[in-house]
Amino acid sequence: MKKVLSVALRIALGAAAAGALMTASGAALAADPIRIGVIAEAQAIAGASIPQAAQLAADEINANGGVDGRKIEIVSYDNHSSSADSVRAFQRAVNEDKVNAVIASYISEVVLALEPWASRLKTPFVTPGAASNEISKSVHSDYEKNKYTFHGYLTSAALALSVCDGAKDLLVDKMHMKTAVIMSEDAAWTKPLDIGYEECLPKIGLKVLDHIRFSPDTTDFTPIFNKIEGSKPDVIITGISHVGVQPTVQWKNQQVPIPMFGISSQATNETFGKDTNQAAEGVLYQGVSGPGVAVTPKSVPFAEAFKKKFGNYPSYAGYTAYDEVYYIADAVKRAGSTDADKLVDALEKTDWEGTIGRVQFYGKDDPFTHSIKYGKGLITGLMLQWQDGKQSAVWPKDVAKVDIKFPSFIKLSN
Amino acid sequence: MRAFQILIDGFAISALYALGATGFTLIFGVSGVLNLSHGAIMVAAAVAAWAAASILNVGTYAGALIGVGVALLTSFATYFAVVKPIQDSRRIPNEEKEIFVLTGTLLWGIMVQEVIAYFFTNNAKTVLPIVEGVVEILGVRTPRNEIFTAIVCCFVIALLWLLVNRTRTGKAVLAASMNPRGVTLLGLELTNIYVVVWAIYGILAGIAGVLLGMFLGVSSYSVGPLTASAFSIVVLGGLGSVSGSLIAAFVVGYLETLTAYLVSPAYRTIPALLLLVFVMYIRPQGLLGRR
Repeated sequence: MKKVLSVALRIALGAAAAGALMTASGAALAADPIRIGVIAEAQAIAGASIPQAAQLAADEINANGGVDGRKIEIVSYDNHSSSADSVRAFQRAVNEDKVNAVIASYISEVVLALEPWASRLKTPFVTPGAASNEISKSVHSDYEKNKYTFHGYLTSAALALSVCDGAKDLLVDKMHMKTAVIMSEDAAWTKPLDIGYEECLPKIGLKVLDHIRFSPDTTDFTPIFNKIEGSKPDVIITGISHVGVQPTVQWKNQQVPIPMFGISSQATNETFGKDTNQAAEGVLYQGVSGPGVAVTPKSVPFAEAFKKKFGNYPSYAGYTAYDEVYYIADAVKRAGSTDADKLVDALEKTDWEGTIGRVQFYGKDDPFTHSIKYGKGLITGLMLQWQDGKQSAVWPKDVAKVDIKFPSFIKLSN
Repeated sequence: MRAFQILIDGFAISALYALGATGFTLIFGVSGVLNLSHGAIMVAAAVAAWAAASILNVGTYAGALIGVGVALLTSFATYFAVVKPIQDSRRIPNEEKEIFVLTGTLLWGIMVQEVIAYFFTNNAKTVLPIVEGVVEILGVRTPRNEIFTAIVCCFVIALLWLLVNRTRTGKAVLAASMNPRGVTLLGLELTNIYVVVWAIYGILAGIAGVLLGMFLGVSSYSVGPLTASAFSIVVLGGLGSVSGSLIAAFVVGYLETLTAYLVSPAYRTIPALLLLVFVMYIRPQGLLGRR
């Protein structure tokens, strides 16, 4: 037994030494690459696109000569959707793998757990998909400490605005809807989202009849739909991300006659159609981009390149992660250095046309410091609908390809 | 109106729970094994049925059959790769075998769960229902598939009853659950009986998994909760008692449905768990338990 152990130990040590030698020589050869750590939920639909899109961006940048001759290297970590795993990955990324910046996660709870570590380890950190307002609010409230965190996706407040802007044109003006019920999962990101909904829906002319928050563990949505139907709204405004497939399938199987409209993160992914056996038909969801939607000239080529390489179109966090690698590279170029503080300064001055629109960050004085700016000419988001097994843009007008249509079980009240 | 809704929804979910728990309790009754990979086997069946129908396009019926087949294979794998080696081992003292089987099946369940998450992501999957559409029953819009689920569950449970009470193999299984030593003295090979039981279990768990996939949908996250719900139903009903499990399944199913409709869907499972604790206090052997 002892002998076996010692042999095993020797093999392990030998392998480690060889590995160390290889990385040492590798580092010497490739003149000081820019290393970006990518921590994401590799097993979740929305998270899986993050490292893939980041790698795609890095490959493109490297194929074009890198940043001032320096290659971009992506080091990715699977966090199993866990905050604890993410924190360990962040520490490892910075302390051992010596990354210069980190892109991480679509889950707000995870990002909020990483934010203090970005401060402690003084490493620029961008999230491609979390939404909680708290992320950028903490940057605002203690700028010197938290300035390393950037919110590369819309805040929940902005998401609510985007949904309301879409709802005004599509539901109120066109379909004359008057009432709504908010249905959202209980999570960090939906708290500010719901506040946003409660505030903006009445303003656009949709009266909120009821507000249902449910546990993300819910599997049977029958009682929820039942309750919603009881208050007879014209539309269900959704705020779902951890769940998606189950409510959608049950909505269809039970033929709930009310349309769903709002945030449904899982619906942004192309595989959603298959996962729900096409029950997604008719679901309206907010997105920052989508297959075949030319938000900017970069959107469609990216989505197609992604599909060619990985077999499916990216989730929403894929688009943002792709852009993030580009604007981090751009910031390194402008800063002329990978020094954390200089990189933060350069990132603050970002003005990058990406796949989701024009990316700029709110400044120190804005309550959402370091969050991407929402608005016309910047990023407004889109509304898309699942139609005939595909995701099609229905709003805003300049990118809309089709009109809204619903499956036959939907009974519009007007 | 709402009363009917609760009656109908509660029945479908209870029947499904009953089917899932029956196999679980059968295994315990016959071989003393608490199979903590139960949820993983159900999820494997549902995900396999989904994958066969959506990725390989084999159709709904073939997909469902493949799902049940995968559950059967997983069940055999559980028995031959995890449970039997522990039971046969001479290095594990007999009195510790139960705890080894518990740990072994728990870890095995986690392995199956991780494999599913790795290949098919941890997002939920739903199996295409065999029957689609809705009908009005007593003013309640009920999916046909919900009725189908309830009928299949009751039919399969009835079939199991016939098998156990009316066939020779079934009687051997029953005898083994009462007195394993006696069965071996009669010249029956205990291992063969175990294989039969694991086969029955695999098919039951497979059908339950596929039906659950059609009715509510499952993800790799469902593994733990499914095992836990089967476990609490079986403990409530009395470990090893099939009829106890059936009653307990309906108690838990209706209690959950009542809570979801009358209190809040968020607290769905809490009263059933409180009931379990309460029963443990006053009647530790469960409703119909023998020990």
